[in-house]
Amino acid sequence: MTMRTLTPPDTELIVTGRPASRRTRQLRKAGEAYVFLSPTLILLFVLMIVPIVMVIGYSFQDNVILNKSPDLVGADNYVAILTDPGFWKATGNTLFFTLTSVAAHLVLGLSFALLLNSRLIGAVPRAIFRGLYVLPWLFTVAVIAVLWRMLLAPNGIVNFLLNTNIEWLASPQLALGTVTFINIWAGYPFFMVSLLAGLQGIPSDLYEAATVDGASPVQRFWNVTVPQLRPIIVSLVLLDLIWTSQQFALIWLTTGGGPIDVTEMLSTFTYKLAFAKYDFSMASTSAVLVLAMSMIVAVLYVRHQKARD
Amino acid sequence: MALTTPARPRATRTATRRRFAQAGVLVGLLIGAVFAAGPVLWMLSSSFKSNTQIFELPPRLITDTFSLDAYISIFTNPETVRFFINSYVVAGAVTILTLLVAIQAAYAFSRFEFRGKRIVNVIIVSVQAVPPITLLIPYFGLMVGLGLYNTYPGLIFTYMVFTLPYAIIMMTGYFNTLPRELDEAVRVDGAGSFTALWRVLVPISIPGIVSVGIYTFMIAWNEFLFALTLTRTIDMRTVPIGIQLLMGQHSYEWNQIMAMSILGSIPVLVLFLFFQRFFISGLTAGSVKS
Repeated sequence: MTMRTLTPPDTELIVTGRPASRRTRQLRKAGEAYVFLSPTLILLFVLMIVPIVMVIGYSFQDNVILNKSPDLVGADNYVAILTDPGFWKATGNTLFFTLTSVAAHLVLGLSFALLLNSRLIGAVPRAIFRGLYVLPWLFTVAVIAVLWRMLLAPNGIVNFLLNTNIEWLASPQLALGTVTFINIWAGYPFFMVSLLAGLQGIPSDLYEAATVDGASPVQRFWNVTVPQLRPIIVSLVLLDLIWTSQQFALIWLTTGGGPIDVTEMLSTFTYKLAFAKYDFSMASTSAVLVLAMSMIVAVLYVRHQKARD
Repeated sequence: MALTTPARPRATRTATRRRFAQAGVLVGLLIGAVFAAGPVLWMLSSSFKSNTQIFELPPRLITDTFSLDAYISIFTNPETVRFFINSYVVAGAVTILTLLVAIQAAYAFSRFEFRGKRIVNVIIVSVQAVPPITLLIPYFGLMVGLGLYNTYPGLIFTYMVFTLPYAIIMMTGYFNTLPRELDEAVRVDGAGSFTALWRVLVPISIPGIVSVGIYTFMIAWNEFLFALTLTRTIDMRTVPIGIQLLMGQHSYEWNQIMAMSILGSIPVLVLFLFFQRFFISGLTAGSVKS
């Protein structure tokens, strides 16, 4: 995201008839810019920089928050977390949940976008279907969680339609797949909407040229559509990796991480350390590790955006 | 796939094939529609049923009795009404404050060259990737320390961290589409930058400001994790937490839970419907297109 700016006319020259020295002008400009930026910078400092420093500090101490004088314990907390099987279980679950969700979001989002973009349907059905497909996006996670709890109840409609009697969210074998499915349902519209915008931006003469060269519809998809959408797809995938790996509310409100730890994510694992076990030092350590993982993806995203600009 | 149709269908075979393709696309769209909208339709239908009807077999989308009882009990319960008031207060305040702060920051980014611009920009972009769970623990400590635990301001300031970066990026993009001459001209006439921004730039940026405002409102309205952790008493809870509490307290009064879910989604649905076009282009401009 580059901020394109043009050089402004020399207002000093116009107002006083004398060109201001470049240095004073730049200083004044910078000073003025920072006046406008100050509320943002103060907020981000107090609510972003300070908390991150705090949480890193907590992770090297024992008994934080609850105790007035915590002890420095060096890297002990990190050793404890990294040797905790629960942490690795949560990491594995988060990986499965995130990678499966993102892949499915992409496939579903792209399929729906292609269907909606097809020239074989009229404008009215297209608008109606688009409205229906966007629906899951408009509900908050708390609503999505209770809705699917009702649909997936043992005597609920899903079991009726499948003629089964399964405890979808309480089964050790199925719970992780089930919460992943719910998250897929909730998250594909963002991909669909963005990819639809991307599809509509592809120049039609590219397709015409490919057709003249004798390309089949499948070949046109792989050789025209996919390369044209690639930058958007990479951005979406990186953003979705960040968002999905941080998902908390959906898990908390459907399974709470259970049964036992089958659907425990890094977010719920960290939350429970802090607000169920009141072990804020361990929770902070886990939170710092989660931050480090997110930052890796964030760096990739920023570099990708820079490359696109 | 843009299927280009030949100018003159050569034979009936092409026409038949086209009809088949059309049918295929329609079937695909219908299956997708059931998958996407079916659950939402079921939620709506359940909110008008009695609790015995919700799990009756065979399930019916439309029952003979249509009851508003669930909605009435939501509206007549002071606790649930309070959830809505809290959500409106918090989301409204977050929206106004975010806009005030973001408009000024976006002005600086869009109209000024200054040292440190790139660094500030990178910070604002990367803030979006900081996991909420990482901030949660120090926030809990901070809010308790500052006496803002279980208060409106505590939640409002918290949400601003998540709404600001995006609002600034979207707003800067919008300002960049407006010619600089507009506000520069005022400054040449001797007015300060402040006047140029609020008297000239802001009035012509209303469409952009509205879409940023909607986005901000939606984030604040839907937030769960911090609302759960930074409030304690029932009178400070917001709608998403209210939905969870309803589920815990009333041992599965599904019709009420669904009615509350519908009511809790209406503001976002309405905003989205009215400003759809706006919103999607703004959203994709901020995150996907550069």
